[in-house]
Amino acid sequence: MGVIVPLVSVSAFWALIGFGGPWLVPKGVNRGIIQTMIVLTAVCCWMFWILVYLHQLNPLIGPQISVKTIRWMAEKWGNAPGVDTHYSTTSSP
Amino acid sequence: MGSLYRSEEMRFCQIIVERDAAFSAVAELGKLGSVQFKDLNPDVNSFQRMFVRDIRRFDELERKLRFLEGQINKDSIAIGGKCDDGDYTVLPTAELNQLEQTLTDLERDVKNMNDSDTMLRRNYEELQEWESVLVKTDEFFAGGLDDAAQEELYIQEDPDAQREKNPVEYVVGVIKRDRMMAFERVLWRACHHTAYVRSSDIEQSFVNATTGEKDQRAVFIIFYKGDRLKTIIDKVCDGFKAKVFKNCPQTSKDRQAAAADVRARNQDMQTVLGQTREHRFRVLQAAANNYNLWLKQVRLHKTVYHNLNLFTYDGIGRFFVAECWVPLADVDNVRDALERGVEKTGSSVKPVLNLLETNETPPTYNRTNKFTQVFQGIVDSYGIASYLELNPAPYTIITFPFLFSCMFGDLGHGILMALSGLWLVVREKALIARNIKDEIFTMFFGGRYIILLMGLFSIHAGILYNDVFAKSFNIFGTSWVNPYNYTEFTHWFENQEAQKKEDILIELNPDTAYRHDMGPYPFGVDPVWNLAENKLNFLNSMKMKLSVILGISQMTFGVLLSFQNYKFRNSKIDILTVFIPQIVFMSCIFIYLCLEIIMKWLFFWVRPGYVFGQYYPGSNCAPSLLIGLINMFMFKGRDAGFIDMSQKGPPGQPGKTHDACYLVQWYPGQGYVEAILVLIAVTCIPIMLFGKPIHFLLEQKKKKKEAAERISVRANVLSEEGEVVINGADHKGDHGDHQGGDHGGGDHHGENFGDVMVHQAIHSIEYVLGCVSHTASYLRLWALSLAHAQLSEVLWDMVFEKGFQMSDNRYIGSIAVYVIFFFFAGLTFSILVLMEGLSAFLHALRLHWVEFQSKFYQGLGYPFQPYSFKSALTLAENTSTSSSS
Repeated sequence: MGVIVPLVSVSAFWALIGFGGPWLVPKGVNRGIIQTMIVLTAVCCWMFWILVYLHQLNPLIGPQISVKTIRWMAEKWGNAPGVDTHYSTTSSP
Repeated sequence: MGSLYRSEEMRFCQIIVERDAAFSAVAELGKLGSVQFKDLNPDVNSFQRMFVRDIRRFDELERKLRFLEGQINKDSIAIGGKCDDGDYTVLPTAELNQLEQTLTDLERDVKNMNDSDTMLRRNYEELQEWESVLVKTDEFFAGGLDDAAQEELYIQEDPDAQREKNPVEYVVGVIKRDRMMAFERVLWRACHHTAYVRSSDIEQSFVNATTGEKDQRAVFIIFYKGDRLKTIIDKVCDGFKAKVFKNCPQTSKDRQAAAADVRARNQDMQTVLGQTREHRFRVLQAAANNYNLWLKQVRLHKTVYHNLNLFTYDGIGRFFVAECWVPLADVDNVRDALERGVEKTGSSVKPVLNLLETNETPPTYNRTNKFTQVFQGIVDSYGIASYLELNPAPYTIITFPFLFSCMFGDLGHGILMALSGLWLVVREKALIARNIKDEIFTMFFGGRYIILLMGLFSIHAGILYNDVFAKSFNIFGTSWVNPYNYTEFTHWFENQEAQKKEDILIELNPDTAYRHDMGPYPFGVDPVWNLAENKLNFLNSMKMKLSVILGISQMTFGVLLSFQNYKFRNSKIDILTVFIPQIVFMSCIFIYLCLEIIMKWLFFWVRPGYVFGQYYPGSNCAPSLLIGLINMFMFKGRDAGFIDMSQKGPPGQPGKTHDACYLVQWYPGQGYVEAILVLIAVTCIPIMLFGKPIHFLLEQKKKKKEAAERISVRANVLSEEGEVVINGADHKGDHGDHQGGDHGGGDHHGENFGDVMVHQAIHSIEYVLGCVSHTASYLRLWALSLAHAQLSEVLWDMVFEKGFQMSDNRYIGSIAVYVIFFFFAGLTFSILVLMEGLSAFLHALRLHWVEFQSKFYQGLGYPFQPYSFKSALTLAENTSTSSSS
């Protein structure tokens, strides 16, 4: 999906809520509070998301998985480009 | 001024009303609920206050009502309605007198009815005993005696029949059945075997009128000869509390007639008893229908008189004066209410509402609705905000559930919590109407909005942590793929077989297995980590960094809020010597740390390359931020760059990698930058410590100089003395006094230099040390979410998964899963949702109270407690239930 697409879409979503939401609040006694709530929600949720996203952007360690599960992953989730999916015809000594 | 942003402005007012109109005026104010009266008679004993007699009268009425309530409850009649039904009209005097009369009459009637009931019952009991006695005596005499007994009598009679003219006498009576045996034995011994006792049990059980207990009784008849025996028998009967019936007719016919007569009387008695009871029931029923109305009126009147006692009056006693606190926004409403009240009494004199100046600190008032009330309550539990201080509550509405969700993050548990909160909120009105008194339920019900918000945020956190009852979703497609050729698999599986080992574990290299072009999992943690053995290594690192960054953000936000407070008070010195050093200190060290974290995330991966112009060999050289921070403070000399260009290194690399290359400077000039930052931070500390006290000293010197300039000496010819005169003595606007105090006496808000210095020292040290310790304290966000995830996993692995592994047969297996699910669900709800929820709630609370609020909150105010009928009725209700339960 690329790095940019989720980054832009989720940030745009929360930006819409955070900057656009306060304008939509009807006039009344509670206007200030509801505006504060909307902005804070947008900020907190976006921050939470982007910190999790950035941490996984350039992972320094990989998952330690049993060989059986990796074989299952190959079947279900796909292989990296360039993986040879043929079993060898001769068994190694 | 926003509704919750700051507490409301208050005004100190004086109310003057005419004496006759006072009651009505206070009643109207009670309905409004915006006025807090000040006690103008604090030295007066409560027994000497003006309206003591009225209060006593209402106490008496309340006592009568309580008595009636007891009687109503004893008859299990339901009292309909509630005391507080929202209608606060106060009855006028005439109807109140009528109410008093009604209550007095009711009390008297009910008491009389109770007494007559008791008397009737006692009579009824006696009649019943008498009837049984008559019947049994008949049985005794009409062939009820067996032959042996008859023989005894005849033996007794025959030899002495001529000599003694005394006939055989008998005594009948009633005694408790369980005393019968002992009674017979004592009688036998006492009368030297010459008395003859026969007894017969009464089938019907009696109810003792005085104690209300049931007991079984028996009729006895004693035959004896001689007066001496009579006295003995009388004494024994007395001792055993047996009731002796003296007028038992001799002949059978008489007895039967008497028995019939008694039976008729019994019937009448029963009818009378029934009717009395019915009448009493009806009276109590009518009383029960009006009970709550009366109680409300009595209580309302009592509170009005209590408040009237706080008034003071002028010399003649015609005008009542009160002083009170009123929110600025409500002053007009209070004026209208006063006029309404006075109009009701038809008085011609209009009430007066004056605004006064005072030096007292006003109370703090925050206008809340049912949603914001609980969050304001959370803030107030720690301390009521000082007057006109910034209120943390509007921010707490969102940040509290957010921090909770960081610690609780599980989609499944979040859904459970959100649903229960939703149920409580949607069924709000019905639940309030049920007026449930259970404490634990009221606690949960009061927090329904918090529970709903916490649940919703936990759903969001659960999606981000990708944790649903310890499993993960794969919605968007994972970014980790298999990098190995299939021939390798064959090797590995053969190896495993040959060596009979457990599963071989392989750590995937991000270089080959991670789809860098695809980018990370778009929303949340990648599902591959749920399968990984080293999941915790990854998640710990992520959650720790998350906690630190969130914590530093919240603390910075707190410091910025303190700026708002200083701006509001126009306190330049605070802004310059407190706020700016605080922000600079925080940024130099902690915001710099956050930036380092983000830089490391963005620029350092496993592939070698050039980062910031320096050659980066790979992930073994990824900079260690924690040790880097420590080295920053220790000014430790570090190598510039990851590799040493002067030596030969492995092929493809321009030089040899330094040892401990994760501790080098990882951007050019880092050493200088960090040194400058530390120096700036350290210089902030003395500014924080000494800034305000020095300013205070300078202000004092300035005042002394000004005062000294205004003093001149004059000679007083008459008294032949010198006088010191202070000119321009009306410099009241200038920090208060013009006394030109010396060291200790300078009245700057009643403090002296020592106080200011100590206060500032405490504040600065708290801030500096707090920055470090509070940042570490935020790591509890990581710790609790780790504990929650592990508990969740244990529950799945050890409880639910066993159900699937139970048997190969699918039918037995499904039954096993069905049963085990019960335990899984029970443990999930009780431990993971309730217990963990409570724990995370507590920790989020602590984070708000200590880490967030210590940056700006003073909390030294006292709450505004207006006189309102609603709160007075609730208070009376609570005191009465607590004293009766």
